[in-house]
Amino acid sequence: MLRFVVRRLGLMVPTLFGLSVLLFFWVRVLPGDPCRSLLGQRATPEGIARCNEVYGFDKPILEQYVTYVGALMRGDFGSSIDLHEPVLDAFLNKLPATIEVSAVALLFAIVLGVPLGYYAGRHQGGWWDTTIVSGSLLGVTIPVFFLAILLKYLFARQLGLLPTQGRQDARLDVEHPTNFYVLDGIITGNFDAFWDASLHLILPGLALGTIPLAIIVRITRASVSEVVHEDYVRTAEAKGLTSGTINRRHVLRNALLPVVTTIGLQLGLLLSGAVLTETVFNIDGVGQYLYAAIGVRDYPVLQGFILFIALMYSVINLLVDLSYGLIDPRVRAS
Amino acid sequence: MTMPATTITAEGQSPESMAGETLWRGAFKRLRRNPMAIIGASIMAVFVLVAVFAPLLAPYEPASTQWTELSTYNYVQGSSAEHPLGIDRWGSDMLTQLIYGARQSLVIGVVSTLIGLVAGAALGVLAGGLGGRVDTVVMRFVDILLSIPSLLLAISIAAAMGTTGFALMIAIGAAQIPIFARLLRASMLSQSRSDYVLAAGALGLKRKTIVMGHVLPNSLGPTLVQATLNLATAIIEVAALSYLGLGNDEAAVAEWGRMIVSGQDRFEIAPWLAFYPGIAIAITALGFTLLGEAMREVLDPKQRR
Repeated sequence: MLRFVVRRLGLMVPTLFGLSVLLFFWVRVLPGDPCRSLLGQRATPEGIARCNEVYGFDKPILEQYVTYVGALMRGDFGSSIDLHEPVLDAFLNKLPATIEVSAVALLFAIVLGVPLGYYAGRHQGGWWDTTIVSGSLLGVTIPVFFLAILLKYLFARQLGLLPTQGRQDARLDVEHPTNFYVLDGIITGNFDAFWDASLHLILPGLALGTIPLAIIVRITRASVSEVVHEDYVRTAEAKGLTSGTINRRHVLRNALLPVVTTIGLQLGLLLSGAVLTETVFNIDGVGQYLYAAIGVRDYPVLQGFILFIALMYSVINLLVDLSYGLIDPRVRAS
Repeated sequence: MTMPATTITAEGQSPESMAGETLWRGAFKRLRRNPMAIIGASIMAVFVLVAVFAPLLAPYEPASTQWTELSTYNYVQGSSAEHPLGIDRWGSDMLTQLIYGARQSLVIGVVSTLIGLVAGAALGVLAGGLGGRVDTVVMRFVDILLSIPSLLLAISIAAAMGTTGFALMIAIGAAQIPIFARLLRASMLSQSRSDYVLAAGALGLKRKTIVMGHVLPNSLGPTLVQATLNLATAIIEVAALSYLGLGNDEAAVAEWGRMIVSGQDRFEIAPWLAFYPGIAIAITALGFTLLGEAMREVLDPKQRR
């Protein structure tokens, strides 16, 4: 087990290093001048030259690369060109908001998706099955940001039920020791703050969770419908076990393995979907910061944030692989 | 954002044909009986026809702005006899914009999927066909591309290349490379262990002939399925990049994603401005997804009974 973890962590280093190299050269070799995008179309040649000098873009590319890697080794991911704050600090600052929204989205997707998929898989061909499958197909084809816009106007503006902007009502007087607003409300014992922050998470969570929901439904359904035809399920039925026991001990447990993989893969989707959802709902998280950085072509932020997201993504995938052992004893043994 | 479908594996793709019937003919026969395939193919056909014959179908010239009282800051006229779907915020006919938008979405979607397919397939064939060190190097590269979610990969490329149609296609195409590379490689590996490849080798055929003449054609099924599914992803991703301000600024006619962006701040007075293009994207992507899923089903030997 330990060897497996070490080996996987070992593989992660060259992959992430390779990514940092690719990101570096993308920015510099591909057509498009960072300073020109930074300063806009009406930039003077002098302005561009000065900008190139400040950021070292006028140096030979290999020299730039050595400087960049040297800084990386010291844990220096550079500073935002636009906001002049260290990229790592900005990322860590914005991460709690993104984690909150993603957690709600994932919770929504799992809590609704697994039972729906299970039901559809056990009652294949039925009316409910058809409805669930069609719904899940539609769920993956509707663009996230479009759904977010629809939700925002329907539930919030038209019905006036839920907040649509930001993470918390700005009029509330609250402290933020952890930057996880929901958690902060609990820690400080401020129920209003907790409740308000929670309400703010509902719509973004729904929008972000729709695609994972649809995918989890489909995988659970496919997995369940395969497992119910297995010999051991027939044996269990022949033994006269109650259907509840069969479903719990034999069907669900065996059907869960591909579902766990899928859930792990969804985490990556959540991180990229956050760029869109946070922008629509004006949530001050990683996604919105990245969006702002795209707008002004803030390359250090783009490079750094994408690298951090890749790191999180790799770690999550490793955790997912490790979680197999908990569900499947065969994996534990090998 | 997205991957509307799971990546398919090449497992179970059997090379031998059914008695008296080729794999493809049998698959096509089953496809015609599959309601999912029929709906998907119909949606796709309508989309392609609309895109191709846009100038004939559109009631007006694209982007024919008429500044009138019909479209002001706080009023946009809805459905009327002259404009069945209303007008957009610049006074152009909404139906016309949607029809021309289909063209933009189709071209960008198809070209970017082709880029991903060709580059990815080439890498996959290289890795799977040559094996050894080449395989290791190629797959490490693919791992790097896979280490970030595909939309972020597209974002990072598009952000570096600037807002042109070409950049958009490269960005979305590149994000698809790892999917095709892995698919082709897995497919080639599973094929090269099969008996008919061994037989071809025993007959003394050259490795290149075996790979190009036998292994590759038999890997086409899953690739085609994945390409169909990826077209859906590509169309959604084009819209997403447009939404993030990385779309094609130069095009005179907006694709659907940009239409949503420009319509969203008028949502309260004229919801259709964002609604129609959004629905158009969803339906088109649904068409490609349905067809892709149906193709996967009929090509699966387990389904052939």
